Amino acid sequence: MTFEEIKSILKNHTVGIAGAGGLGSNCAVALSRVGVGKLIIADFDVVNETNLNRQYFFKHQLGEKKVSALKNNINRINPETEIIIHDLKLNENNLVNIYKDCDIIVEAFDLAEMKQMIIETCMSKLPDKPLIIGSGIAGWGKSNEIRIRQSENLYICGDEMTETSTQNPPLAPRVGIVANMQANTVLEILLNTNHKDEDYAE
Amino acid sequence: MKITLNNTEETFDKNELTISDLLKLSNFSYKLIIVKVNGKLLRKEAYDNTIVKDGDDVMVLHLVTGG
Repeated sequence: MTFEEIKSILKNHTVGIAGAGGLGSNCAVALSRVGVGKLIIADFDVVNETNLNRQYFFKHQLGEKKVSALKNNINRINPETEIIIHDLKLNENNLVNIYKDCDIIVEAFDLAEMKQMIIETCMSKLPDKPLIIGSGIAGWGKSNEIRIRQSENLYICGDEMTETSTQNPPLAPRVGIVANMQANTVLEILLNTNHKDEDYAE
Repeated sequence: MKITLNNTEETFDKNELTISDLLKLSNFSYKLIIVKVNGKLLRKEAYDNTIVKDGDDVMVLHLVTGG
């Protein structure tokens, strides 16, 4: 497929991103660059100095809401991407409404408990929607331990081992690998599915 | 019995195991895990009374903080 063909498929799709931190901000930027038509992004947090070692924000944005700062940044990269933002903390009640019209959901939370919450909610209330989790991104090196595993509609990207701590912080390179692996999985699902549909129609 | 555990075929001496037994035997000691049996998500409360039988497909995913 040429990039023009890829863009013409992606522009008709919507991807939900749950969280606008290290995983969410980098994944959203990658998806916008390649031409995904619409992104729905939710987060309650503000940009903090300690975020700048991995998250797609700028120094002058400290103190701004992450969702609006990210929307501005994406608009400067590709204004054709429609960005819907929700400045709130996602939970089992509100996330279904926010993401029900997405083709795919990318989980980009920090806490393991929140990752569990979105998996349980999606599998019971949005069972047909692919859900792409990030789990295990801390530290540096060991790129080969980062992998992807799939079980039906559930995809999990990361090493499933390294937990963030003061001695093992999340850093741009490894967080970026996993965020882009999540974005790459989105493309794999959207492009392969549509490609197959086309073959099938012929 | 033989089951598929995380896409790998594994053999156990017993013919039946609960999910809790299986997690202990296989050293899945992470704080937060997701268990799917034959593609279906299993809630934590069901680990003690869900029986794994010959031929079942069990997937255990680890959820760790960081993002």
